[in-house]
Amino acid sequence: MAEYRFFADGFEERVSDYLSNKPEADVELEFAVPEKDFNTAGKGSSELKNLLKRLGVDSEILRRIAVASYEAEINVAAHSQGGVMKSAVHDELIHVSFIDSGPGIGDIEQAMVPGFSTADDLVRELGFGAGLGLPNIKKNSDAMRIVSQEGGSTTLEFLIFF
Amino acid sequence: MMKLANYMAAIDGTNHTPAIDPEEIEILGAYVSDMLSDVMGSAKPDQVWITIMKHLNVIAVASMTGVPAIILAKGNVPDAAVCDKALEESICIISSKLSTFELSGILYSMLKA
Repeated sequence: MAEYRFFADGFEERVSDYLSNKPEADVELEFAVPEKDFNTAGKGSSELKNLLKRLGVDSEILRRIAVASYEAEINVAAHSQGGVMKSAVHDELIHVSFIDSGPGIGDIEQAMVPGFSTADDLVRELGFGAGLGLPNIKKNSDAMRIVSQEGGSTTLEFLIFF
Repeated sequence: MMKLANYMAAIDGTNHTPAIDPEEIEILGAYVSDMLSDVMGSAKPDQVWITIMKHLNVIAVASMTGVPAIILAKGNVPDAAVCDKALEESICIISSKLSTFELSGILYSMLKA
């Protein structure tokens, strides 16, 4: 099993406070992300964006959440056998998790390198597969974690504070 | 800042989302790319997106990134389903016969003028 962790500058303590308190979410959303279905992928991010907009989340923060979650949904559709997107909205942050049913990421460090991609022709024809999905998620998150079992499931989660 | 309507006139553009008024959209520049993740990583909410890509995911990318308008180069025309989705997301789609190079150059000179 491999793990990758990232904290934006100054966020490590706030993230560990959140993780140790495990507060109950104010709102939880869950969406299926089917394999290779690029019209369904994005529905979860779109609903989440609409919800957070109604809740009055700042537009720049909203943009970061929308980009990170859409990239992650596209990744699940493009690279896995399908999975789910789970969002937990708290007072001061959002926690979004993507859990797929495999086949796992062989080398996470390599997958994080901008420009590296294992996308197939279908994905590339749509204009995805530039190898920028994971770097974009990292760039827009305050914290990010990937846990992957080669041949098994991958979980990617990120936190963004409001 | 410049009105999208002025740019649309300069490129002899067609608005495929007539319910959205280009007079109401102010722009500061453009991001030019056909790679969707590149756009999501670098485009800004006050820029138009100049591209030849015209499928449904393009609208999702514009919406997530906050881009107010998509300029389709080389006479690319979107399907009705794409226009409907764009309207739903309040994104203006304009197509022009000009190439990506010409579209960028015209916008650049108008903004520098």
